[in-house]
Amino acid sequence: MFYRETGQFKTSYGADQQIFPIRQDRIAIGLLLVFAFFVVPAVATQYWFSAILIPFLIFSLAALGLNILTGYAGQLSLGSAAFMAVGAFGAYNFILRVPEIPAILAFLMGGVCAAGVGILFGLPSLRIKGFYLAVATLAAQFFVVWALTKFGWFSNYSSSGVISSQDFSVFGFAIDSPVRKYLLTLSIVAIMGLLAKNMARSNTGRSWMAVRDMDVAAEVIGIPLMKTKLLAFAVSSFYCGVAGALVAYCYLGTVEPDYFTLDLSFRILFMVIIGGVGTILGSFFGAAFIVLLPIFLNIVLHPLFAILGIEISSAVVSNMELMVFGGLIIFFLAVEPHGLARLWQIGKEKLRIWPFPH
Amino acid sequence: MSERKIGEVILDLQNISLRFGGVKALTDISFDVREHEVRAIIGPNGAGKSSMLNVINGVYHPQEGTIIFRGEKRHEMEANAAAKAGFARTFQNIALFKGMSVLDNLMTGRNLKIKTNFIQQALWWGPARKEELEQRRKVEEVIDFLEIEHIRKTPVGRLPYGLQKRVELGRALAAEPQILLLDEPMAGMNVEEKQDMCRFILDVNDQFGTTIVLIEHDMGVVMDISDRVVVLDYGKKIGDGTPDEVRNNEEVIKAYLGTQH
Repeated sequence: MFYRETGQFKTSYGADQQIFPIRQDRIAIGLLLVFAFFVVPAVATQYWFSAILIPFLIFSLAALGLNILTGYAGQLSLGSAAFMAVGAFGAYNFILRVPEIPAILAFLMGGVCAAGVGILFGLPSLRIKGFYLAVATLAAQFFVVWALTKFGWFSNYSSSGVISSQDFSVFGFAIDSPVRKYLLTLSIVAIMGLLAKNMARSNTGRSWMAVRDMDVAAEVIGIPLMKTKLLAFAVSSFYCGVAGALVAYCYLGTVEPDYFTLDLSFRILFMVIIGGVGTILGSFFGAAFIVLLPIFLNIVLHPLFAILGIEISSAVVSNMELMVFGGLIIFFLAVEPHGLARLWQIGKEKLRIWPFPH
Repeated sequence: MSERKIGEVILDLQNISLRFGGVKALTDISFDVREHEVRAIIGPNGAGKSSMLNVINGVYHPQEGTIIFRGEKRHEMEANAAAKAGFARTFQNIALFKGMSVLDNLMTGRNLKIKTNFIQQALWWGPARKEELEQRRKVEEVIDFLEIEHIRKTPVGRLPYGLQKRVELGRALAAEPQILLLDEPMAGMNVEEKQDMCRFILDVNDQFGTTIVLIEHDMGVVMDISDRVVVLDYGKKIGDGTPDEVRNNEEVIKAYLGTQH
């Protein structure tokens, strides 16, 4: 009843091409941002910031990065964690070696380093596609972790390549508390999310999708395949790199190369698949699903058994968490292979005509 | 029709030969295309018609031969350079971008007109925004021309076959081409859809002066709308001329009736 676009006429192409053409959507996203920036910092606890909200935002950014490459440009990659590692170690080295560099700039430069590595490992995409390309990006995954461990210079010769993030400040504010780290992460993710959406709806995004859907036709209408694919690798790796820098500086504080394993790459890929391939929103849904659901299950299952009066060891409970988690992944993929973003879209379409069936 | 001015030779193909390994797809084929004309390529299945189009716009590279486009001589085309030179085409099996809406497909057709880079587009500011709106206005003209206003936001994968063909023509038109290459634009259509398509093709030719090279199996259509026809069989040229000349050509009749070679 309240979600209607009746009476909202578009009188210019500009108005028709807005990100949120429906007024109710604009109000909702505005409220969500106000809530995230002002209400959450006032009410959330330290645990919420460091264990739930910050990782959710950071992995949303990483998933967004992979979604640009895999979802929009159609290039399968298993190297996301490696690009995150490059971003983390890049930012660390910039702050270490150029002490007067602003932290934000160092994060961005970490992203730029990741973009460079991404372009390098994206070169095989000019010849190979699909699963074969995924295998080629595995090389990035193993090589980067190996190089960061092997060459002490990257971690300033600390033992086993661990880096500890330096204290840093942004615009004169020392980022030393979970609230501030949360606000910094949220700002970066919000801005980069907007930029990604803008790319997706302009010629850049259309070129990516054209290469994904039909590369011969794309070439024939004048899209340069090499440039388009490498740009996708660069932008995607940049996003992953900034996410990696945020892992080091806003989430964990200390990281080692072995944190950025193939396992992490797979988790990011699952976020993209479950959230919705080729959608910006889906990256956030996917990250929420993968990051939040295990925590939610953990919170729910223990009291559930307590209420039922069943004595079960915590090891069994954590295994059950995994089983339920896996089951839910299969359930959601079976119900909607296009991911949670599509479910959301279908829900919105239903709501538009509610209470009528069509 | 009679007022239409057919101009000079715009595209001249000389002695084109194309082989895939031992298979000779095209053997020593020469023909030309004049500005503003509708030029048809016909021939039985496997005659090399699509290969010919692929040579013209640079998807295939012939082993021998010369392509002269607007006085510029080259051995082969590059797909990208061909697009920049003003070639646009449709494919035999629809090659639309299935995951994108009709509008986005047509906007993609205009990618060569876009000058801003990805950073400007990411910021969606000033020139990028202005350019996007400018392209949208042009695309809406094509949408209006092809009468597909009602489906502009529909993902092309959901459209029926005939409309997809029309959208593909739209994507080619969005590029404002000088030469339009159409690979079986009417294959698999019913009579009404064919009539619509013929009307669009003739209108494009008439209103924008676009030169059209088309492959088609429906002889009625070919003889009606084209100015000159070239006939291929087994990769060789067996006929070339006005529809009437081709219709009465002995070799063409033989090829179509399937006489022994």
